Amino acid sequence: MTYPGGDYDIIVIGAGHAGSEAALASARIGLKTLLLTINLDSVAMMPCNPSIGGTGKGHLVREIDALGGEMGKNIDATMIQCKMLNTAKGPAVHSLRAQADKKAYQFRMKEVIENQVNLLLKQQEATEIIVEDGKITGVMVNTGAVYNCQAAIICSGTYLKGRIIIGDVQYDGGPNGLFPAMYLSDSLEKNGIALQRFKTGTPARVDAKTLDYSKMIIQEGDEHIVPFSFETDQIDIDQVPCYLTYTNPETHDIINANIERSPLYTGEVVGIGPRYCPSIETKVMRFHDKDRHQIFMEPEGLNTNEIYVQGMSSCLPEDVQIALYRTVPGMEKVEFMRSAYAIEYDCIHPTRLKASLESKEVAGLFFAGQINGTSGYEEAGAQGLIAGINASLYLRGEQPVVIDRSEGYIGVLIDDIITKGIDEPYRMMTSRAEYRLLLRQDNADLRLTEIGYRVGLISENRYQKFMAKKEQIKQEITRLNQVIVKPNPENNEVLKSLGSSEIQHGLSIGELIRRPEVKYQQTEVFDPERPLLHWSVVEQVEVQIKYEGYIKKQLQQVEQFKKLEHKLIPPELDYAKIGGLRIEAAEKLQEIKPLSMGQASRISGVSPADISVLLIALEQRRRSSDKDGSNHE
Amino acid sequence: MEVLLQNEDTIAAVATGMGGAGIGIIRISGSEAVALGNKLFVNPRGKTLAAAKSHELIYGRIVDPTENKDIDEVLISKMMGPHSYTAEDVVEINCHGGIVPMRKILKLVIQSGARLAEPGEFTKRAFLNGRMDLTQAEAVIDIINAKTEKSLEYSVAQLEGRLSQKLEELDEILVGILSHMEVNIDYPEYDIEEISYDFVNSQILGLLSRIKEILVVAETGKIYREGITTAILGEPNVGKSSLLNTLLMENKAIVTDIPGTTRDTIEEYLNIEGIPFKIIDTAGIRETDNLVEKIGVEKSKALLNQTNLVIFMRDISKEMSAGEKELIELLKNRKTIYIANKTDAISGMDIAIPEPWIPMSLLEDQGIETLRQKMLEMVFAGTVNQDADYLITNTRHIQLLETTQNSLKNAINTMASQMPLELVSIDVMEALEALRGITGKAVGMDIIDQIFKNFCIGK
Repeated sequence: MTYPGGDYDIIVIGAGHAGSEAALASARIGLKTLLLTINLDSVAMMPCNPSIGGTGKGHLVREIDALGGEMGKNIDATMIQCKMLNTAKGPAVHSLRAQADKKAYQFRMKEVIENQVNLLLKQQEATEIIVEDGKITGVMVNTGAVYNCQAAIICSGTYLKGRIIIGDVQYDGGPNGLFPAMYLSDSLEKNGIALQRFKTGTPARVDAKTLDYSKMIIQEGDEHIVPFSFETDQIDIDQVPCYLTYTNPETHDIINANIERSPLYTGEVVGIGPRYCPSIETKVMRFHDKDRHQIFMEPEGLNTNEIYVQGMSSCLPEDVQIALYRTVPGMEKVEFMRSAYAIEYDCIHPTRLKASLESKEVAGLFFAGQINGTSGYEEAGAQGLIAGINASLYLRGEQPVVIDRSEGYIGVLIDDIITKGIDEPYRMMTSRAEYRLLLRQDNADLRLTEIGYRVGLISENRYQKFMAKKEQIKQEITRLNQVIVKPNPENNEVLKSLGSSEIQHGLSIGELIRRPEVKYQQTEVFDPERPLLHWSVVEQVEVQIKYEGYIKKQLQQVEQFKKLEHKLIPPELDYAKIGGLRIEAAEKLQEIKPLSMGQASRISGVSPADISVLLIALEQRRRSSDKDGSNHE
Repeated sequence: MEVLLQNEDTIAAVATGMGGAGIGIIRISGSEAVALGNKLFVNPRGKTLAAAKSHELIYGRIVDPTENKDIDEVLISKMMGPHSYTAEDVVEINCHGGIVPMRKILKLVIQSGARLAEPGEFTKRAFLNGRMDLTQAEAVIDIINAKTEKSLEYSVAQLEGRLSQKLEELDEILVGILSHMEVNIDYPEYDIEEISYDFVNSQILGLLSRIKEILVVAETGKIYREGITTAILGEPNVGKSSLLNTLLMENKAIVTDIPGTTRDTIEEYLNIEGIPFKIIDTAGIRETDNLVEKIGVEKSKALLNQTNLVIFMRDISKEMSAGEKELIELLKNRKTIYIANKTDAISGMDIAIPEPWIPMSLLEDQGIETLRQKMLEMVFAGTVNQDADYLITNTRHIQLLETTQNSLKNAINTMASQMPLELVSIDVMEALEALRGITGKAVGMDIIDQIFKNFCIGK
């Protein structure tokens, strides 16, 4: 029996990292939102590594924060260790990563959700979407309730027809011992949404008291913690260390001896796994001349003994797992608390999504997170936020927010998956961004706060602070370019002590900072009137001055890029009717239906000549309609 | 409505191959065209291009402003938009010194800020800017497709053999460097060796010297494996070798021999007023007997099919042999120049030499100039299937190699000024993109593919 459950503006299915951001965004924008989860204890759960951020991913979290999302604040409040990666390299690739207390992370997010106005969180399994005239109108759940809605966002993670694989032990299951969602897939397919099968895996969780850390190398956090959120002033915590150890030939022997018991090699696993997240058996088989692999021990929280064994994901049978873990120094007596497993799940083809993350098949139906074929909490959160914003704008009849590739990693991520399609779970990497120098983690606020404010996710107070920061940066750069350092012996002495060359004539401080060896702080002696500025302002000033030439060059590239990006293609264009397009190109274009010439040019199989042909065809179309127009006058 | 593309960048390319009198045109289009032309053009009476009237043809020279070096004597004109081919400001430089100066001028134009035009881009702009009628859209599309196809065809054709292998090697090294840089950036905590600037530097210096080698060959007009494929045929001892040597001698400075891929074929390169000829010289034909007899009718036909032009030579002092008759039959309907050699041996005899035979005496150094003119004439008259597109494509390739070179030099500078790795990678990426412009292969996922293939990473 079914019964009417009530009316909502937006229903979000799944309360993981995508679902939490999506529901919070739509509720904060002011829409009545229902958030469904298969289990209330799994809100914002981290079923794999206990960390947020990393290369590319840290950038995503900062962008989520700049847009008014929750992830940055949540990790700031619950981290137990933090590290800025890549500090030996330039600012564009500095990346924040924090170890989270998993439970604390979940509880805080759940609390924020529960206390959010306009938002109701419920434990129910969505089993069917209700579609009328190509539009979403409701969602049915396992208890029989039917909720009406105008938009829905599916953030089902790895739950859809989830299948757990531990060697020859295989069963239907969701992540982390939870139930799978066995019904929603069929409903999606019935409504024309094609599915594919992906796979991912996670290592074992082991009991800390069975580890011998004295045989491992300690890995500490940074002395000074840089917060993720632009709203967090500072973080003062006692940090918990991680530990590093290595596999050895003995480990590899066990794998080699048991490889035929791995379902990855027997062909039982059909899902496509990510290359960047190989199981230990894959690493050993593919790189057999490598005599050791890194293994990191990462604590899962402050109030638990569970340790995440990074580097040892596996879907070998449990007995083999235990045996091979015990070959590793410091793990000789290890006891498992949870085994490593692989999970197979249904996901959609993201090329069937618009840039707003709305389905091309069903109006008002949005998708975000692992269901779109991505992997990672941060990738999920980013999409969830965008889907939440765009579902709200859809309801209001407004244009969606589309962040382009020059504005943010979020833009790169979404454009990549909807344009190029994916054949393995998609992970963010800084190498995927062509304007990496502009998309720094330090300037995510400068890039995106404006958008967050416009859609109503950034408070007036924060916005004013942001505007003030922007102004301070500008003023300080102008000022530094005007303060002249005289070529006298004292000044040259200072420069020499900095390992810099002497000056023959007056130079501005700005010009001095352009020298690679000179830092902003070190020029204070030349600058008696220097104002007291927040470290984040100083950081911007320094980066913008030091890399000015390169930044300008990338900005010029962006200008070229934007030209094609701003040449929009009418969605109703019939590519089959354009003479001169190669068949392959026409088919791909018809499938993707790119928003702009720029997007069209990134579709694999569409050549520059096809783009030229398309430009001509569009111009032809425009001129003929001009002609029609003038006839009517 | 023309607003749409007004802010487009300025493009340049060789707009024609070598025309009737060996004149080639370099066309520049876009908002910077006039400023750009102005920088490079010097008129003896001090008239500048900027001050010239639209559509006025002025005489002068192109001078490299950085070195104040004379490049070529030219006729230049500007056509202000919208009254030009593309409806943008256009500058056309007519140069007549052959391919070498033409390339130098194009290089200068590109260095001064223009971008090398894509195949068919002028026509595309002309249409988009409303210069062409709606009904011409299909034709424009055809032109773009044809030019692109041609360009790819040539790149494939040229990329056979050694050159292709060389480019492939450059590509591989660049991808190797880039993927190593990227893995260091994206996977900082894995035990993967950090790529050192010393290593990158030495790799790039190696790349630069390889590119220089290729460019040296290319720049002198001896274009790697292309040119108008020409065969000299005839019976033994009619003077084929002497002819070849004479032609080559006169071209000493611009002759090279790049050994072919097979041992019995020698390719000699010849440059007549900037037009490259590739003389296929099979050992068999050169040294010994009758072609047909030697390699069979089918093979002969196949060989002839690979040639654009045949120079058929016979000894006029002798009776025509059966073999010669057979060959002449085979050459019917092919672009052939007929040479009657050894006129010195028949002097005083009453032997008429009918058209189209060219009388020649290699001994007395007669007829060579006529032959050279005839070869050029056949090219310019379009008799010989010589593609302007070929020359254009080739110029394009050289240009792209030079861009690769510049980006790599930038990378070296970036490292020298102690800039971080991700900035060096921008330069190296630019180099790879330029190089890929030659093969038409897109730069994309393959860097990431290389990362996962070559490095063991992941949690």
